Amino acid sequence: MTKTWQERLRAGLKGLYFPVAAILAAVVLSSIVMAILGFDPLYAYQCLLKGAFGNTNSIGETLVKTTPLIFAAVAFALPMRCGIFNLGATGQLYIGAILGSLVGVRFAGMPAVLHIPLMLLAGFAGGALYGVFAGWLRHRFGANELISTIMLNHVAIQLLAYCVAGPLKDPATAATSTPQSAQMVASVKLPVILPGTRLHAGLILAVLCLVFYYVFLWKTTRGYEMRVVGLNPGAGEYAGMSVRKNQLLAMLLAGGIAGIGGCVELMSVQSRLIQQFAGNIGFDGVAVALLGGNSPVGIALAGILFGALSAGAGRMQMLAKVPNATVYITQGLIILFVVGRELFRIRSRRKNKPSSRTAGPRSMEKEAV
Amino acid sequence: MAFLEMKHVSKYFGSVAANVDVNLSVEKGEIHALLGENGAGKSTLMNILYGMYAHSEGEIWLNGQPVRIKDPKDAIAKGIGMVHQHFMLIPALSVIENVVLGLKENKAVLDLKAAAREFSQMAERFGMELDPWAKVETLSVGAQQRVEILKALYRKASLLILDEPTAVLTPQEVKGLFHMLRQLTAEGLTIIFITHKLNEIMEVCDRCTILRLGRVVRTTAISDIQDKQELAALMVGSQVELLTQKPPAHPGDEVLRVEDLSYVDKRGIRALDQMSFSLRGGEILGVCGVDGNGQSELVRCITGLLKPASGSVRVCGADCTGADPRMILGQGVSHIPEDRHKMGMIREMTVNENLILMSYRTPECQKRGFLKWKDIRAHSQALCEQYNIKTPSVLERSGNLSGGNQQKMVVGRELDRRPRLLIAMHPDRGLDIGATKYIQRQIVAASQAGAGVLLVSTELDEILELSDRILVVFEGRMMGILDRSEATAERLGLMMAGARQSAG
Repeated sequence: MTKTWQERLRAGLKGLYFPVAAILAAVVLSSIVMAILGFDPLYAYQCLLKGAFGNTNSIGETLVKTTPLIFAAVAFALPMRCGIFNLGATGQLYIGAILGSLVGVRFAGMPAVLHIPLMLLAGFAGGALYGVFAGWLRHRFGANELISTIMLNHVAIQLLAYCVAGPLKDPATAATSTPQSAQMVASVKLPVILPGTRLHAGLILAVLCLVFYYVFLWKTTRGYEMRVVGLNPGAGEYAGMSVRKNQLLAMLLAGGIAGIGGCVELMSVQSRLIQQFAGNIGFDGVAVALLGGNSPVGIALAGILFGALSAGAGRMQMLAKVPNATVYITQGLIILFVVGRELFRIRSRRKNKPSSRTAGPRSMEKEAV
Repeated sequence: MAFLEMKHVSKYFGSVAANVDVNLSVEKGEIHALLGENGAGKSTLMNILYGMYAHSEGEIWLNGQPVRIKDPKDAIAKGIGMVHQHFMLIPALSVIENVVLGLKENKAVLDLKAAAREFSQMAERFGMELDPWAKVETLSVGAQQRVEILKALYRKASLLILDEPTAVLTPQEVKGLFHMLRQLTAEGLTIIFITHKLNEIMEVCDRCTILRLGRVVRTTAISDIQDKQELAALMVGSQVELLTQKPPAHPGDEVLRVEDLSYVDKRGIRALDQMSFSLRGGEILGVCGVDGNGQSELVRCITGLLKPASGSVRVCGADCTGADPRMILGQGVSHIPEDRHKMGMIREMTVNENLILMSYRTPECQKRGFLKWKDIRAHSQALCEQYNIKTPSVLERSGNLSGGNQQKMVVGRELDRRPRLLIAMHPDRGLDIGATKYIQRQIVAASQAGAGVLLVSTELDEILELSDRILVVFEGRMMGILDRSEATAERLGLMMAGARQSAG
């Protein structure tokens, strides 16, 4: 779709209105909570901002936190565009990381240009299989993917815990009880791209992932099919498209992307598999995708925001003595307002246009920026 | 003094004016028609009267008193009843349960017997026979409509609003309804009748208010109107050709052959029973029947969206029984689906993206899996011009287009593929006269160009105007195929109600 840049800008600014309102409302409300707890919210947010953007190093940290969120957000957004809810980024990320680590701890001395893609490929395959499994459950048995993906997350978490305590446990520390895998070898270590910080080439991969997301969905016939199926399955079938095939492929790609995200973590900040090594990344990714309206630019911006919140939380706790759990309150409120806004949109549509009865809750996403 | 007066009523949705300075005055005991094209503001006006919307300006007077109607409950309390186009009944409950549903007087334990007695007496008084204990789902559509009307009367309505009440009825049922309406007005009730069918107004209404673009064009007694041509001109604002010219067909090769086609739905009901017919290029075969008598299943079995239980479908000689929709579309089949919102278009997508729905895999639209948006855009612009699709740009969200333009978009997309077989289901349902006539002309033109057309419609006038032959369906069975020359509205009406006729 070729639009003039003015049209794009206008559409972009219009799209920003609600997310920004949601963020502001969340900040104000969490400020009130902080004030009630006896902290100075202004000082706290000042510290948070400094911790997130204060100097080169903190900007680097923010982007380090942003990187995995983008992979997880795309893993949610892509199936969502195809009408399927993937809440399984966590599980897909873990399975991808387990498979990737099998490659990452071996083949020391292989050139990095070969070794890194090989490990990413293994991660993609692991996540993709796990993702497509949930899609298959939906189409074969009618299992609701909202539930099955969450349950599969727990399976993956336990599987990882078992692996790092058993078969994949680091032989060097076999005597100790620390459950962790062997260290990834040097040739899969991603290079630092901003000297003096931890910011690594994984950010470039994350940006490429967003570019892929955009090009695939809006420039290819397959992506077009997926969007048609996601927005109106009836129209998809009418035009001879297969809802099943498209949704399975969407889950395969999403799982694969989550798997790559897991490997990137192993290749950068985490050098070993440990239990729960990805923390909340999977679900934070869902929030990032929702806040970003499932659009590529929106995901990038929302990813940076969530990255900044978690990077700045440490400094806020240190200087303003505000517990960093407050950041979770802010994040939670942002999500609440974003989802609340969707409800508001559906309601107002019903009220003003009685003819659009067929609008379902699945029309949650917006036009791409 | 008028029974109901709406004075200078305006309603704005944001910056869009749905009603502007509307004055409506309805006398006690009359049947007052509210006539206008889709989007003229009829429904908005009635929703204001029924308390669904608050009006932006103006006032409402009922029985000489100014009133404020907060919500539908309030409207009912003030004696206003509304029968919606889509019935608000619960099919699994009995008639009387539906009638007392939500009444304020209801006690903790319902006294249905007393209510049923009262209901039956009332029904008898108006000459409607209805078993209060029958389940609503077992009733015919006409009977369900009577339940809706009686439900309003049971709530002591003295003003009844009927929103396009004849859309779902057979011609005989329409006659019954009109008879009932006259009886009601004789009892002193006042009726507002929303419609865009000109015949009905001439037949049953006393006076008529015509709306165009949210404003009142004129209020007039029907006796002052010469003919429906005059009404149409008032409604549209210019002279319109009411009849579509259909030259005689020159049938070519057979493009569709359906043999013994049956379909059993999920509930085990035979929705299609042993249908057999054939259709040749250049010919228009009208399928007529009351909505829901197997038309939808027939079309879906032909286009591959449903798998038939038995029988066969051949398109242009190729066996397409139970085939994949993509393979059937590839035989040169175009399909204008019954519900554009559920199937024909994607409202969230642009006009551009909608126009390639059927052709996105052709070499004109893609190269190695990548869409050629530049070429597509140029072609879409040409299509918009050719088919008169009014849109600010091909990048406009298609859901923002008016219903008529959305439908033209679907029709244009399907005809652009130069089909050998065109399946058109309700191609102009809910559209204004201008758009309807335009689409009918396009369908006739496609048949002149050699396409075989299967035209499914519930509008008898349309079927009679366009078809070369007419197939009548009832409860999934074929009641017969008539030649255009031997078909009359009366004869078709009887067949639609289930009377089998042998082709003459």
